[in-house]
Amino acid sequence: MMTDDKKIYIANGQGFWGDSILGPIRLIREGKLDYLTLDYLAEVTMSIMQKLKARNPNAGYATDFVRMLERILPEAKTKGVKIISSAGGVNAEACLKATGEVIRKLGLTDVKVATVTGDDIFFDIDAILGKNESLKNMDTGEPLSTIRDSITSANAYLGAFPIAQALSQGADIVICGRVTDPSLVLGPMIHEFGWGAEEFDKLAAGTVAGHIVECGAQCTGANYTNWHEIDDFAMIGYPVIEASASGEFTVTKHANTGGKISIETIASQLVYEMGDPENYITPDVIADFTTIQLDNDGENRVKVSGIKGKSATPFLKVSISYLSGYKALGQLTIAGPDAAEKAALCAEIIWKRLEYDGVTFPEENKLVELVGTNVCHAGIAEAPQQPAEVVLRIGVKDSDKAKVDRFGMEIVPLVTSGPPGVTGFAGGRPKATEIVSYWPALIPKSFIQPKIVVETF
Amino acid sequence: MKRIRLKDIAYARSGDKGDASNVGIVAYDDAGYAFLKSLLTPERVKSHFKEICNGDVERYEIPNLRALNFILHDALGGGGSESLKTDAQGKTHGLGLLYLEADAPDDLPLHER
Repeated sequence: MMTDDKKIYIANGQGFWGDSILGPIRLIREGKLDYLTLDYLAEVTMSIMQKLKARNPNAGYATDFVRMLERILPEAKTKGVKIISSAGGVNAEACLKATGEVIRKLGLTDVKVATVTGDDIFFDIDAILGKNESLKNMDTGEPLSTIRDSITSANAYLGAFPIAQALSQGADIVICGRVTDPSLVLGPMIHEFGWGAEEFDKLAAGTVAGHIVECGAQCTGANYTNWHEIDDFAMIGYPVIEASASGEFTVTKHANTGGKISIETIASQLVYEMGDPENYITPDVIADFTTIQLDNDGENRVKVSGIKGKSATPFLKVSISYLSGYKALGQLTIAGPDAAEKAALCAEIIWKRLEYDGVTFPEENKLVELVGTNVCHAGIAEAPQQPAEVVLRIGVKDSDKAKVDRFGMEIVPLVTSGPPGVTGFAGGRPKATEIVSYWPALIPKSFIQPKIVVETF
Repeated sequence: MKRIRLKDIAYARSGDKGDASNVGIVAYDDAGYAFLKSLLTPERVKSHFKEICNGDVERYEIPNLRALNFILHDALGGGGSESLKTDAQGKTHGLGLLYLEADAPDDLPLHER
């Protein structure tokens, strides 16, 4: 029976695909945990996955997740930790199959694995456009027809209820396609506490919890302004939400881990990647970040309460990626004396040689950065007068792949045909890579049917 | 009056939203928040980031956190995979805002951290 003081421990161990694999391993090993969430998806990832799947029907998901499972699953199973991940990408079925193979290989039995899909509308675009939904760009208002032929992926962001449903069907591992990041955390709360679709304050609280932990260690002291106050970055603890049925929760981390949780490290993350704080829109609720109350609740514990939410919109956000051209970026290191002056000269030489060969680029498609002369804070911080060395970053973008590749050939030659002290060309000749652009749109919820499948291995 | 840098009264974090950079700044105390609110108009922030931000600046208030949230449009060279810039995601813009210098009342508490 559920009581009011029941606490559920939900952690996030991957802020993005590429985060340290020690996060999840240590979260399971070093403290109490009920749910481990792992986020793997970004716009560019979806596009790459769709391409991989076109070449190989068994690809198109986050393969790192399956390798990770091999390391953490035995201990997760022993301790009863359930795993919720967006590793499904555009091929959750294949991810489920690979997960099943890992379970067998590890000699585990009776592990229930669920997929949550229905988000992928890549092959339904024309049908949707045929029903008078324009999928116009939310930012610019342009109709999708302007990029129709260049689309490389299209996914609706699902909410937390399909995840809760998968858990209620007994899933130990939930593999999702595209879901909003906070849904991975809100889903288990809905399941554990039986929250309804109209309990907006609680759904908003779970959403805020998800927002706080979605970038992993960024709420436990990483990327914090007063970095010198943070102990043991190497062994930084990843965040754990101690959730309760009322919606109030505490952000904490395992004992004896590095990092720090304070009102300041949590507030830092609350303002990260935020738009209008009064209207944080998700598929399930609109959360009001101006109602959040933060209180110290002991060492490395911050209590979060008072959060208000209101009814969600009738739409889901759709993320469409499309091919919009090519780019290449090369770099050289130029040592002093006169490092900055020589680096600027190297850039001029490159443009002149290309021009001689009939290859030019509009100014807005060219980039020259002299790293070491204050690139990140240009016009803000004082630049050093004579840096001892400078990294020249030089790049172009264009719709013509051949032109971009031609550019890539003129960087390394500077080592033997330019000023002295040019080195650091280890990357070799940069090749043209695709530019994948992002098209945000809305779709009525009635167009998207979340699908849950549970298999036992 | 005394000359201060915003790092004496606030901390910050930044990231990307498409081709916009999102800069959050949080005051250490109420006096600092009141000062930030009057000082950091969208125009002042835009002029501070004049070599970085080519578009408009939007401002939101989050008084419960003593925070202001700024959206700097057209500040990331295209954003996402379109950008060639080193800081394509605006990760350093928060620290950039803390460099801002201003005249402050003598009694404004400073926080040496």
